[in-house]
Amino acid sequence: MRNAYLSAIYDLANHNSNVLALISDNGAIVYDKFRKDFPLQFLNCGISEANMVGVAAGLASTGKIPFAYTISPFLSLRAFEFIRNDICIQQQNVKLVGTGAGFVYSALGPTHHATEDVSALRSLPEITLITPASPLEVKKAIIAAAEFLGPVYIRIGTNGEEEIYKHDYPFKIGRGEIINEGNDLAIITTGSIITEALSVARSLREKNIHVKIINIHTLKPIDNELLIDTAKKIKVIITLEEHSIHGGLGSAVAEVLLESGCTGMKFLRMGLDNTFCKGYGKHHELRSLNGLSANHILANIQRLLMN
Amino acid sequence: MKTKNKDDLLKISLELRRDIIRMAICAGGCHIGGAFSAVEILTAIYFGGVLDYDPLNPLLENRDRFILSKGHASVLLYAVLSKAGFFPREELFTFCQLTSRLGGHPKKNDLPGVEASTGSLGHGLSFAAGIALSAQMDRRPYHVYVLLGDGECQEGSVWEAGLFIAQKNLLQLTVIIDHNKLQAMDRLDNIIEMGEFAEKWRAFGFEVYEVDGHDIMALIKTFTAPASKKPRLILAHTTKGKGISFMENMPLWHYRNPNLDEIKIIEKELSFSLATLL
Repeated sequence: MRNAYLSAIYDLANHNSNVLALISDNGAIVYDKFRKDFPLQFLNCGISEANMVGVAAGLASTGKIPFAYTISPFLSLRAFEFIRNDICIQQQNVKLVGTGAGFVYSALGPTHHATEDVSALRSLPEITLITPASPLEVKKAIIAAAEFLGPVYIRIGTNGEEEIYKHDYPFKIGRGEIINEGNDLAIITTGSIITEALSVARSLREKNIHVKIINIHTLKPIDNELLIDTAKKIKVIITLEEHSIHGGLGSAVAEVLLESGCTGMKFLRMGLDNTFCKGYGKHHELRSLNGLSANHILANIQRLLMN
Repeated sequence: MKTKNKDDLLKISLELRRDIIRMAICAGGCHIGGAFSAVEILTAIYFGGVLDYDPLNPLLENRDRFILSKGHASVLLYAVLSKAGFFPREELFTFCQLTSRLGGHPKKNDLPGVEASTGSLGHGLSFAAGIALSAQMDRRPYHVYVLLGDGECQEGSVWEAGLFIAQKNLLQLTVIIDHNKLQAMDRLDNIIEMGEFAEKWRAFGFEVYEVDGHDIMALIKTFTAPASKKPRLILAHTTKGKGISFMENMPLWHYRNPNLDEIKIIEKELSFSLATLL
């Protein structure tokens, strides 16, 4: 995902000199090509996230399109009030790029995990939230964010995420994507953890159970229509996110479904429930340890389908 | 805009204080102390030929910008903007009313001439730095002025911004600190003292000028001095509540509504009558 971001921001900067890449001393080396080719559009603001966000807002007020990039919790939580006051209240055209979605920086521990960023930012008016599922989607999201006038937060992982799209597709902010068709149950997910859901769908297909998988790449504004339409037809729904279930995707989906009168379904939110991510090790090991692996999803499905 | 002479400027600062009192009474109280300490600073900037602006075209690309980082002095900014022609004076007296464009803290996009939504302290300097950086990048001619409170400098983000401004050598930015030595509850010295305040900023890489913040002509002279090789910071020594005897240097007047007896004294000291001039 990180390479996809760098490639996208490189192309954008190449075509539009108002596009700027801001960092707060994070990922400096991976920006080498960008720095070499567009030194005037690159700005390392130092280890000061609040200042970076304020500076980005000031730049945007003069017509620049700053992409402010750093590790998600430092951006979304440490600089939260700057995002709120300088970007959202003032409706400044700043793009925030948070890296290390969920606990992809597994071994670095919970200070570096992004497990509350969506809850925090989802409460803010004016901002659009995108959590792409794959490298291709990162690229499309970055291009869409640059074309969109207004604040956008894009939550990306690091490198090594699987590509889930076999073909090109039209990305539209606010529109959920059906990645797998099925009528027996639905998994609504966001971000790279979709690969666990796809693995579940593959193994259940052998048992003639068909799982609909929906990728909600835009958490705000969320695709109400697709969610409601799904809940009208499918009565077992799981939301899956590498994030707290409190205020994240699970909450957002529950809000939409309940308020639109969709009831009578079995509904389960999978994510971190009132806990920080436990353990270190590899990313996939942490998914297992924290109850978010394909096996955990399968066990939950079994329980839901039996009861 | 046409530069005014000293008498004109003194008259303007007196009228600003009167309007601030009128607005405070309309709103049922406001941050009078910190507004009065900065009256001469804003008079110099807006009416002393310092800031290049056009109230009829408030969004001109190359306009100079003034950012009120100490947003609680909004009442002063509104009085100034109205006098500068951004909106009619009558609107001042909607201050803090239900559907007013003039809130307790200024909000960008709501009112012409307001360049930033401020109120939470420690934001304006980074925002101003971004605007100044954009001018430096594109070689545009405008200048950015940002006014901070001295108490505001207890916010860590101010110093993050200070490091950044020095590093980028933003010469199209002038930082002004309204150094009235008081914060909401007490003197800074009794809460978090600033110590060698000017020296701190010099150590951060600024060219620091100290000036009497109530001497309009001295302020103008400092603002219009030839550019130095470092970012410029003006430490304006002021008196909180300046102009009203019982408000000066009194933390109580950080935020307060004058009572009837106090209004009588204010009317006398500012030589006007609320009854006839409203």
